Amino acid sequence: MIAQPEPKRTVMARRDIIVAGLRDLLPETGVIAEAIRLKPYETDGLSAYRQVPLAVVLPETTEQVAAVMAFCHHEGVRVVPRGAGTSLSGGALPMEDSVVLGLMRMNRILDIDYADRCAVVQAGVTNIGITQAVQGEGFFYAPDPSSQLACMIGGNVNMNSGGAHCLRYGVTANNLLGLRVVTAEGEVMEIGGAHMDAAGYDWLGLLTGSEGQLVVVTEVTVRILRGPEGARAMLAAFKSNEVAGACVDAIIGSGIIPVALEFMDRPAIHACEAFAHAGYPLDAEALLIIEVEGSLTEQDYYLDRIREICGRFDPVSMKVSQSAEESLAIWKGRKGAFGAVGRISPDYLCMDGTIPTSRLADVLGRIGEMSAAYGLQVANIFHAGDGNLHPLIMFDANDPASFHKAETFGADILKLCVEVGGCLTGEHGVGIEKRDLMGVQFTEIELEQQRRIKSAFDPGWLLNPSKVFPLKAELPKAA
Amino acid sequence: MSEIVPTDAAGVVAAVAEAYATGTPIAVAGNASKAGLLRPVQAARTLSTRGLSGISLYSPQELVMAAGAGTPVAEIAAAAAAKGQHIISEPPDLSAFYGTSGPATLGGMVAANLSGPRRVMWGATRDHVLGVTAVNGMGETIRSGGRVLKNVTGLDLCKLLTGSYGTLAVMTEITLKVLPVPERRGTLVLKGLEPGRAVKALAAALGSPYAVSGAAHLPAAMAARVPALAWLGGSVTLARIEDFAPAVAYRTERLKVELAGYGAAELLDDGASTSAWAAIRDVVPLVSEAGAVWRVSVRPSAGPAVAEAVARAFDAAWFMDWGGGLLWIAGPATEEAHAAVVQAAGTGAWTLMRAPETLRAAVAVVPPEPAPLARIARNVKAAFDPKGILNPGRMVAGL
Repeated sequence: MIAQPEPKRTVMARRDIIVAGLRDLLPETGVIAEAIRLKPYETDGLSAYRQVPLAVVLPETTEQVAAVMAFCHHEGVRVVPRGAGTSLSGGALPMEDSVVLGLMRMNRILDIDYADRCAVVQAGVTNIGITQAVQGEGFFYAPDPSSQLACMIGGNVNMNSGGAHCLRYGVTANNLLGLRVVTAEGEVMEIGGAHMDAAGYDWLGLLTGSEGQLVVVTEVTVRILRGPEGARAMLAAFKSNEVAGACVDAIIGSGIIPVALEFMDRPAIHACEAFAHAGYPLDAEALLIIEVEGSLTEQDYYLDRIREICGRFDPVSMKVSQSAEESLAIWKGRKGAFGAVGRISPDYLCMDGTIPTSRLADVLGRIGEMSAAYGLQVANIFHAGDGNLHPLIMFDANDPASFHKAETFGADILKLCVEVGGCLTGEHGVGIEKRDLMGVQFTEIELEQQRRIKSAFDPGWLLNPSKVFPLKAELPKAA
Repeated sequence: MSEIVPTDAAGVVAAVAEAYATGTPIAVAGNASKAGLLRPVQAARTLSTRGLSGISLYSPQELVMAAGAGTPVAEIAAAAAAKGQHIISEPPDLSAFYGTSGPATLGGMVAANLSGPRRVMWGATRDHVLGVTAVNGMGETIRSGGRVLKNVTGLDLCKLLTGSYGTLAVMTEITLKVLPVPERRGTLVLKGLEPGRAVKALAAALGSPYAVSGAAHLPAAMAARVPALAWLGGSVTLARIEDFAPAVAYRTERLKVELAGYGAAELLDDGASTSAWAAIRDVVPLVSEAGAVWRVSVRPSAGPAVAEAVARAFDAAWFMDWGGGLLWIAGPATEEAHAAVVQAAGTGAWTLMRAPETLRAAVAVVPPEPAPLARIARNVKAAFDPKGILNPGRMVAGL
């Protein structure tokens, strides 16, 4: 289990005064302090960790966020920003002495500008909500994390979320133009805007992916893109992970950048097929889902070329979709992967590391050895084009020993990712989950550099406590 | 001015550590090919990274290349071209613009975060910096990012250091994402549009499903200075499509139909397209202008109003890229002209790109940060460079 810091006794002792102070700042329904109503906020997508917070506030405007931040700064209260609570790394896990700042009531789309291809939305708008608002005009918002039906853009900014299509369209950071943020001291700042280039320091780039450590994001200006004429997927199944990996290299090496290039290993194929009946070949060791875009003729052109390349790698089978329905069926299994694994195992940990794609086969081989050694099954989903690996480790949460093994196994996988030249997290963030592994990727000097930047924004270290940075060795002891 | 030219990263560490110990400011540069950009630095010594030259990793099938910060951009481009790839943000070659001969380095390209026409579709240079190794103002080596395309581990210092002009840390090695060079290019040219109509046409092109990767407008006088465009006569409005040959043929044809309301478009072939966009990228129309040159980034639809405002204030030469979202403006090197550009830019971003040293030292060369952010900027500068020895005053006076 990951250690948590001791709550500040001074804050806990003043709980009633703090709640009363918050009630002065917000509408009546905007402050939650009753134990039973705090319960839903005790965890996020990393549900193995739970902690009921001191209070929850649900502001409706940037000004209310600023008032809450100024108050908490004055009172020395730690603040945990929260969107939809879908973080898989515990990025929104409360602390006992913290106020959870929920942004879900800030859910309005403020402006859509098709001529300038941007939209201004509040932090609590869902990822899919942006695309839904603009798709009538043929536009979309590109990053598409698996949780896109629920997750909110404020959380996407803080985690720099990716998705299945970032090989072509980039991650959140590549699709933002501006932010409205509130500092730890309660000041409102505008970063960027509707223009494409910043002069001066790239605050937008630094704040994106900063996991709530630096500021609270209340509004986001996103780039919206005109959708392609169409898209189509194909399946290619191979006899080994090595061969599938070599085929990915050959596709990219040919100069084609598909919009999506997804890889599944044998356990993932079986789990997804049993769940979705997508027609995945069960005799294959590895499966690629490849998607291209353009007019029908263009799709045919790219798919013909890709099929020709795949053909050189002795595929078990290939299937090119002939319609939107068939493409949907091909994606159905992949998009349902988490649910599929959930069906065959009582619980699973969804890991997220990145590796150089050339090391895929080697890494999967070693994960297989670890799986045998730990006695825990694992299914691997991989954004093959960009090296982002998602091992799903299956365990039983009712058995503390099984959970402990799963966590240790997961940590070993992430250490392996770093060892082969990759990193601890590709798109889920560090949160609390990988906090204590940061020393595997960074030196103490590098972590100190990052801590100083945190201090430059948040001198009192009140924002999203105990995430990202390893707790100092000298954890404060209970009084 | 004395110059230190370390040949390895340890040499950079030693040089900065010594400067830190003695509190001596140093000018950080590659070959100083963009020394004419932003503010002049007052420092007795220059630390050049040009000795840190060479490609250390190139894995075309993984789309990654790593090289020493002093590696000439041309060397990177040539190595990538040999494998059919390129730096997709199309960073400009400003050697003619600044009249410098030393080759631009990778470190300088990243430190200035300059992006070319493809910014509208493929993002800025900062979007393709995957990893950085740098030495902060205390002589400590810090790494951020890595050699993989997706990485959200810790704070993204790659983006912060990109565009920081050597004021936070001295970059020693940089890893870039590189992408395949499209098989073919094609450019549609609409003739004789005034700026307002031109930007509307470009918005229609950029808002089409045909993946337009360049969108520029040059008034007649500017187009006349680009050989690939001069023959067209009059103002030109250009939309570029890059992809496999059949896709380019199909999409340019469709886009031509979609833009029919703006006039009959001519089609520039692959060669003419390449040279026209290289000229736009490298600011060729303004190279021979005397006086000052500014770069202004605004919301694309605001581009024509900015051009109109500066033209009212002084005798301006200008052209637009990024569908109207980027203006290159030349005018008199005076504080009055500078103030007019700043006012026209409004809430957009602006940079004084080229001017005599006196003007560069006298005015803000980038927009001043508002109060809370100015405080944070000072804190962040101190977090990297507590004694203020790295490129002091390069971006902002006193920082």
